[in-house]
Amino acid sequence: MIVTHGLTKRYGKVVAVDGVDLNVREGDRYGFLGPNGSGKTTLVRLLLGLVYATSGSLEVLGSSTPAKVLPQIGALVEGPAAYPHLSGRQNLRLLDAAGPGGARRTRKRRIEEALEQVGLSGVDRRPVRAYSLGMRQRLGIAAALLRKPVLLILDEPTNGLDPRGIREIRDLLIRLNEAGTTVFLSSHLLSEVEQLCTRVGIVDHGRLVLQDDLMNLRAPTGHVVVRTPDGGKVASLLDGQVVSRDGDRLLIRHTDAAVLNTLLVGEGVRVSAIGEERQSLEDVVLDVTGHGSDRFGTNGGGAS
Amino acid sequence: MITVELRKLVLRPRVWLSILLLCAVPALVAILLSISDLAPPPGQGGAFLSAVLDNGSLYPAAALAMVLPVFLPLAVAVYAGDAIAGESATGTLRYLLVRPVGRLRLLSAKLAALTVYIMLAMIIVVVFSLVVGIALFGTGAEAVGQPGSVTALSGSSLDPSELAVRMLAAVGYIVVSMLGFGTIALFWSTLSDSALGAALASLAVLIASSIMQTLDAAGPIKPYLPTNYWLSWIDFFRDPIFWGNIDKGLLLQAGYIAVFFGASWANFATKDITS
Repeated sequence: MIVTHGLTKRYGKVVAVDGVDLNVREGDRYGFLGPNGSGKTTLVRLLLGLVYATSGSLEVLGSSTPAKVLPQIGALVEGPAAYPHLSGRQNLRLLDAAGPGGARRTRKRRIEEALEQVGLSGVDRRPVRAYSLGMRQRLGIAAALLRKPVLLILDEPTNGLDPRGIREIRDLLIRLNEAGTTVFLSSHLLSEVEQLCTRVGIVDHGRLVLQDDLMNLRAPTGHVVVRTPDGGKVASLLDGQVVSRDGDRLLIRHTDAAVLNTLLVGEGVRVSAIGEERQSLEDVVLDVTGHGSDRFGTNGGGAS
Repeated sequence: MITVELRKLVLRPRVWLSILLLCAVPALVAILLSISDLAPPPGQGGAFLSAVLDNGSLYPAAALAMVLPVFLPLAVAVYAGDAIAGESATGTLRYLLVRPVGRLRLLSAKLAALTVYIMLAMIIVVVFSLVVGIALFGTGAEAVGQPGSVTALSGSSLDPSELAVRMLAAVGYIVVSMLGFGTIALFWSTLSDSALGAALASLAVLIASSIMQTLDAAGPIKPYLPTNYWLSWIDFFRDPIFWGNIDKGLLLQAGYIAVFFGASWANFATKDITS
């Protein structure tokens, strides 16, 4: 769906996006993760043809000129925007009429559907000026959904939403994705990407430092976490395999939780919880962005 | 896209407010004139003002003379300066462009909406001041005995239908003049992300041009100043119509429109939209 090669954007001396090789496949829920100011929004603008690349190439939906495929893309770029003196519906009507492809006779129905999807169907005629931040965000997402796009490019889509709103939007995106929409989401929120995405790209200082399926990133660490009131017994039983012990929580070097459990229970250890330890996305991110200079060369096109 | 721009035009309170203010100036002057009955002597004061006390149907011409030098360009600068920079500031520009709306298409629609705005403003000012003029000063029928004839600037008299045609021609000429200036504002609007900055830059052009016009040393460049032939619409009220400056004015404004629209497009088409 999106493939870039060495995509670079300079603003004067500042390199906002630096040699990014992005690979988003059809059906992905791709999380583009990076701290503020790391070039996420610039990359989104590049993909949408709002800014022009300094060097490198990009291909979106099989076309190297974004303008041709934009009708099939729904986008939210750096926060929602609307004419403040008009109502949400008026804004959507104007936006829909502005571009090609939106049939006039289906406009009203499509607008109501989009508003329904984002939970704004009951909104009255008040101008957008009077909307809360969360309502504006929902309106922005509704605008992106207006043409039933095959690719959604969303920049910080849950900004300004309360926890319930975030949950609603996440469920909506998962539903759309299961119905066949590819979702590209940029965010600085680890938890958002971790809960929503199937594939992750991590950007730091304009460079894509890592790109992989979330499943691969969250691989088992080779350790098993055991909770037991009999910590001392376990320590003596598995001497040398206990990595750390913190109260009733023990970290044990072992690859199979089930086998370990059988062993412990057989020895009469009371196990209150057991499970393999997985690397959290946070660990991965801190690892590659913190002292990740040695990881630069290995990002490639993804290890899937 | 043009219909979208026109819908935005009519849905915008600011548009109607600016036209209302344009009408307020001639309304105020008309009221003062009718109360005091003190018209400026012929040859002094605003154009046509000395004549309107006798015949209110000439008042639209007087109103145009009042709003043209400053107020109308001010309104045009504000509206045209907002064209791209305003969309940029509200963030709606990026959403229009990813809709997608082609950049040239957007710019053309903005120019079309600007034309409609100027025409709308002019027509409302003319109709409004005609109503005000006739209500306060009458049509002159009482004094002359024949209905509504008006004395042209050169002394001969014009009948109402002739006057209407000339008024229309004058309005058309002013629309073209304002469009030339508005295209300059449109160009600034593609350069700046601030609608206010674009409007002020356009006013700076207006003021600079007006200053140059009074400067003898600026003689050689005078024929090319944007404001140089603005007041030539008055020539439509001479008998016979004096076409010399009107033709030159139209040609000059066409040049300004072409050059600055081209510059706007060249700048906007390759611009990185970072707002």
